[in-house]
Amino acid sequence: MKHTLVALVENKPGVLNRVASLFRRRNFNIDSLTVGRTHRDDVSRMTIVMDENTSPAKVEQNLYKLVNVIQVDNVTMKPSVARDLALIKVRVEAAETRSQVLQVCEIFRARIVDASPTTAIVEVTGAEDKIASLIELLRPVGILETVRTGVVTMARGEDVLDGNGYKSPGNGSSSNGKHNGAL
Amino acid sequence: MKLKGSEIILECLMREGVDVMFGITGGAILPTFDAMTRYPQIKHIHTRHEQGAAHMADGYARATGKVGVAVATSGPGATNLVTGLATAMMDSSPVVAITGQVGTATIGSDAFQETDVTGVTLPVTKHNYLVYDIDELAYTIKEAFHIARTGRPGPVLVDVPKDVQNTEIEFVYPEEGITLPGYQPATTATCGEIEMALRLIRKAQRPVILAGHGILMAGAMREVVEFAERTQTPITWTLLGKGAVPESHYLNLGMMGMHGEAYCNTAIQSADLLLAFGMRFDDRVTGNLATYAPEAKKIHIDIDASEIHKNVHADLGIVGDLKMVLNQLLPELEPMQHADWMEQIDEWRDDTTKRDIINQKTSRFVAAQAIYDIWRFTGGEDGGETIFVSDVGQHQMWVAQYCRLEKPHTHITSGGLGTMGFGMPAAIGAKLGRPDAEIWAVVGDGGFQMTMAELGTLAQYNVPVKVAIINNHFLGMVRQWQELFYDSRFQATPLVNPDFVKIAEAYNITARRVEQRSAVNDAIQWARAVDGPVVLDFDVEEHDIVYPMVPSGADLHDMIRRPMPEGRKQS
Repeated sequence: MKHTLVALVENKPGVLNRVASLFRRRNFNIDSLTVGRTHRDDVSRMTIVMDENTSPAKVEQNLYKLVNVIQVDNVTMKPSVARDLALIKVRVEAAETRSQVLQVCEIFRARIVDASPTTAIVEVTGAEDKIASLIELLRPVGILETVRTGVVTMARGEDVLDGNGYKSPGNGSSSNGKHNGAL
Repeated sequence: MKLKGSEIILECLMREGVDVMFGITGGAILPTFDAMTRYPQIKHIHTRHEQGAAHMADGYARATGKVGVAVATSGPGATNLVTGLATAMMDSSPVVAITGQVGTATIGSDAFQETDVTGVTLPVTKHNYLVYDIDELAYTIKEAFHIARTGRPGPVLVDVPKDVQNTEIEFVYPEEGITLPGYQPATTATCGEIEMALRLIRKAQRPVILAGHGILMAGAMREVVEFAERTQTPITWTLLGKGAVPESHYLNLGMMGMHGEAYCNTAIQSADLLLAFGMRFDDRVTGNLATYAPEAKKIHIDIDASEIHKNVHADLGIVGDLKMVLNQLLPELEPMQHADWMEQIDEWRDDTTKRDIINQKTSRFVAAQAIYDIWRFTGGEDGGETIFVSDVGQHQMWVAQYCRLEKPHTHITSGGLGTMGFGMPAAIGAKLGRPDAEIWAVVGDGGFQMTMAELGTLAQYNVPVKVAIINNHFLGMVRQWQELFYDSRFQATPLVNPDFVKIAEAYNITARRVEQRSAVNDAIQWARAVDGPVVLDFDVEEHDIVYPMVPSGADLHDMIRRPMPEGRKQS
């Protein structure tokens, strides 16, 4: 199973570089990494998805070593919402393919966000596997371009990652809520 | 008070208690060097190479426990610091490096002497900064010192563009404390962790303490000895843990690992409980991880959460400040006895004593004996406080094995990175931080030549460091591997050396060659009497091997031992 970590980081220049450099240096294999602003000007949020062979505890502990990382949460086992957004440009010259694309879009609750005489851009939001299925269905039509944002994740309900309470660095043998083990 | 950025840097350094810094000037750092003329309280040591400056700052930090400061210009000045920063990073040494950068308007344009220094040093610093805004300069320097010296210490670099150094503002020192939302160094253990530790400690029949550098960093020397005495647990230490416990202590065993004492490694492999105090299970101390201490439960206490389970799985990992955690444990611990275990270890130790080169008579001038004599004749047997700074290689291991130290912070060496060339400049830094202490730089002929230019610094400031070159005309440690594992094909290890005595004398440094053991004491006393630096060139046996040795990747108990001397039976 893939692991998903969510990290709140200081919104400062170079922080993404520090995180990416850490993953390369420690030989952590990352599937996807997304980063964006939050409702707080000083905080950005990352969603990090890694393959099953990478230890999320190790990644978490090492993330905490970065001065600019505020809080890390492993949401792999938590009830959470995970979304990926894709734009897929397809070739739609024949009327027949046009209706075929529309039909597929309806099944996946995808939308046509751009149409030209020869092309259309399909926008879809959802879990990764849903997008993968849509891409498979559109492939025979003729995909010209694909772009995906990578997964963003948020735990459900009252489980709030607010950057105010430090979490355990997750050393595996104890749960220590007093400090984040950052260095 | 209106001040320029360059002056603000020095104002901030003064407030951090900096009394000396090491570096070389250059275009992009010129304003700060010019400001130094107005801050004579901070002594500047003009080194011959920025690598030397970084090692000096590191040596200063390790000898004093304070933050060492290195200064360099942009581009090549800053890149020359990299080896020194990486050395400090691996050994968790608190160093702050200040580098000049090209003007903010030209950053990114491949300007003259421009390098992306924060990019280059990212993996070899604990944190780094590029200060674009003069208003952030003072706070950034304050933050840099805070990060360098707290938690798991390490090097921090502050890159300051030339125009920021020249900009004048109304200076107000940020008196408020540092607030870093993502930086909260660990402190104490939880009650549950203490309880579990006590359970494991009480159950143990064959416990061993693995004493690491963290003991010295946390200042937990007294607590570790108290723990050992209360629980009657023998102590073996890592290379950087040397000096954390007095070596004359009856529970001190000696060094563990690749060139550790055989009985220490045997004890670890036979133990049923390892108490890892501020150490990180480096490959040089564990050997083959699959067969490492198979019967032992492991309690690992470290301030860095990422060290727990990194190399060796811990049955109990405690992330915390070692001194605080031990002070939580100690009141709960009742006296214990492990007499059988101690007796067993003594038996193993007896075998080592018989093989020990120190106890063997030889007509050859053997490096281990020369180093042992340096220790003896500088007051070592009387519990002297001489600081030994070693370089990297065979001599480093002999210093660790034979200079039996009683006081903390009297052993300085590049452990994690194994940086040849570290020794002499680090000794200069140590001496400037500890002018009261007698300091010997014990270096190999290979490593010495990597930073030999710092003889110029030694001479210019008349720093009374005594340099002992253990000269075997080889890169000895590699030569040893070639002899043992590469059929004695000595590719690129022999050295045709200059006359080190003449070299030293050319710098007006007193120097002498020592060619036999009987001349060692006289040479040492002669060197100690000189009020200034001295170079002693020990012309030792070339074909020598550091024993015992755990071959790289082998099981820790699978050691190559020094052969028994003739006429002694193997026990």
